Amino acid sequence: MSGVDTSSSVVWLGSPSFPEAAREAVADTRLRANLRKATGTIRTKRLAMAGELDDWEELRTAGAAIKRATLRHLDHHLLKLEQSVTAAGGTVHWAADAAEANRIVTELVQATGEAEVVKVKSMATQEIGLNEALAQAGIMAYETDLAELIVQLGDDRPSHILVPAIHRSRAEIRQIFHDRMAEWGRPAPEELTDEPRDLAEAARRHLREKFLRAKVAVSGANFAVADTGTVAVVESEGNGRMCLTLPETLITVMGIEKVLPSFADLEVFLQLLPRSSTGERMNPYTSMWTGPVDGDGPRDFHLVLLDNGRTATLRDTVGRQTLGCIRCSACLNVCPVYERTGGHAYGSPYPGPIGAVLTPQLAGIEHAPSLPFASTLCGACYDACPVKIDIPEVLVHLRAQAVDTKRGGLVPTPEALAMKAAAVALSTPRRLAWAQRAGELGGRLLARRGVLRRLPGPLRRWSDTRDTPAPPRETFRAWWRRTRRENE
Amino acid sequence: MNSRNAILARIGAALADVPRTERYDAGAIPRDYRDSHAGVDVTALFAERAADYRATVTRTAHAPAAIAAALARRALAGLVVPDGFPAEWLPAELGLRRLADRPPLSVRELDAAGGVLTTCALAIAVTGTLVLDAGPGQGRRALSLLPDYHLCVVGADQIVGDVPEALRRLAPRRPLTFISGPSATSDIELERVEGVHGPRTLDIVIVDSNNPGTGGTA
Repeated sequence: MSGVDTSSSVVWLGSPSFPEAAREAVADTRLRANLRKATGTIRTKRLAMAGELDDWEELRTAGAAIKRATLRHLDHHLLKLEQSVTAAGGTVHWAADAAEANRIVTELVQATGEAEVVKVKSMATQEIGLNEALAQAGIMAYETDLAELIVQLGDDRPSHILVPAIHRSRAEIRQIFHDRMAEWGRPAPEELTDEPRDLAEAARRHLREKFLRAKVAVSGANFAVADTGTVAVVESEGNGRMCLTLPETLITVMGIEKVLPSFADLEVFLQLLPRSSTGERMNPYTSMWTGPVDGDGPRDFHLVLLDNGRTATLRDTVGRQTLGCIRCSACLNVCPVYERTGGHAYGSPYPGPIGAVLTPQLAGIEHAPSLPFASTLCGACYDACPVKIDIPEVLVHLRAQAVDTKRGGLVPTPEALAMKAAAVALSTPRRLAWAQRAGELGGRLLARRGVLRRLPGPLRRWSDTRDTPAPPRETFRAWWRRTRRENE
Repeated sequence: MNSRNAILARIGAALADVPRTERYDAGAIPRDYRDSHAGVDVTALFAERAADYRATVTRTAHAPAAIAAALARRALAGLVVPDGFPAEWLPAELGLRRLADRPPLSVRELDAAGGVLTTCALAIAVTGTLVLDAGPGQGRRALSLLPDYHLCVVGADQIVGDVPEALRRLAPRRPLTFISGPSATSDIELERVEGVHGPRTLDIVIVDSNNPGTGGTA
């Protein structure tokens, strides 16, 4: 069962490569303005909240250590989790890939006889394309997080881990609600304005009837505790509580890396996550449950443990740390690349720096070869990460893999040719001097105001996206020879 | 081979670099962070932080009067009072329709109820958080979710400093709900709006622990 192709779900079908998608995105000035404002706001909030704790670094260190130690013994903790959840009256399922997870959830919903489910925002179910799979089986999945609702009604894709509709302005959201809500249930009021308060009120009324009649809910999990079998979901709006409390059947899909050894470990993550994510001391609501409870909430609880490329990621001793991610999205908000391109350019539910390392590992580098290059390696993501994932280290590691997978073809890539040429030029001082002389002459012909805007021939692909400074009129070696002679 | 065994086998193979003799050791995790970020006066800190999240906070030595005053500010259709709510905290006259969850109220009834009055399991000062565990005076989780107004009464002796202490005191087997202010969203242009699906208004009454009327909460 190894080597299962998980690419179709982690990477959106038909997505262009990152540079292509990014070119379009950066030309959209309104998108850039929305993103600049949004990421700027949330950066300030996060900094204030992280700065409020003088032991923030110690918390990060503990968070990173817990995640890394847990991953080194992942099988042990998963078996313990299975045992605890089962003892608490829940049912545990194992899904090797997206197709299997979708089949398990579909069959569980069908067993209830229901044809609709309410959903709590969940990255894992985005990743496996659960809504589409349920739709094929004739089951409607209603997203209940406000931003996910905006994305679903707008027939759109999420562009941020925490705020999936971050690319939409209030006017666009008003239009989507006005045009589409009626098809999905209770229509938007006629006099709907684009005030966020009014829009939230429209969503409240639209979703209320769905919550009150829902018999089945599907959620993700922020944490699952091995020693107690406790599952935790953090949220803000109360849609999570509605889904976790009102229906009769609850199906939770979680990546196998979300397990924590003990209940006490939550003390670290409940401090790190809200401050890193929404920039709050605590998010408005956190729900924790340990199996079904008599007379309170769902009678049936199913936990689906999802692999879908995670064990392949675990195998790579450099890439493994990526699985420590708690989906806070702090790395997106500090990333200069994300701020300019937005999330859609990454072609996956996981955008930004974490997406640039997670997507190629979950899907296989051959399915997302351009993503590890979607970074300036400035390292802001590493500084912001509450569990200290060294994203630049993993990016560089994956870049090497991306280049390696292209090696061995019959026609060498322009990059490989350029590297070969460089190896030749750098092999003797005389060849280097000759190459520098050629560069200086060529540069003088092509440069305008000290910048090479367009290089000839196959080098154009480089210069299309970059300005290259013109080579200096005199190389360092020539200067050295000249000035030393003068001084002698 | 079923998927359970397949995944476990893949994990085993992926962790070939981990020495077989290595065991998971919780004791080896560096826990140099503070156990609490609260100062001495946790009650004042809790009041300040909960108010930061736009909850209306009242401190009192006399719970019934404070509860009556809070209710009087809101025009409620009715009030759900879960079983086990301390009688000594209840105002003699509620002045509005009182609902008990016995037999259990339907979701429609809860939706139309107007408000709910509960106790809590504990409160966390640093984060301004109430934690409910479905104990006496709190009822099942839906009670504090569907009504649009939630009034929560906290004994000052129930307030702990910070998250680690709270987790040590809580029983994981109980359904737990951490509440920090009214429900909120920042999904539209990151502008915070209070009140989406959960109660849009949260009032908190802190009852001074020297008051003989306290105690007996979950």
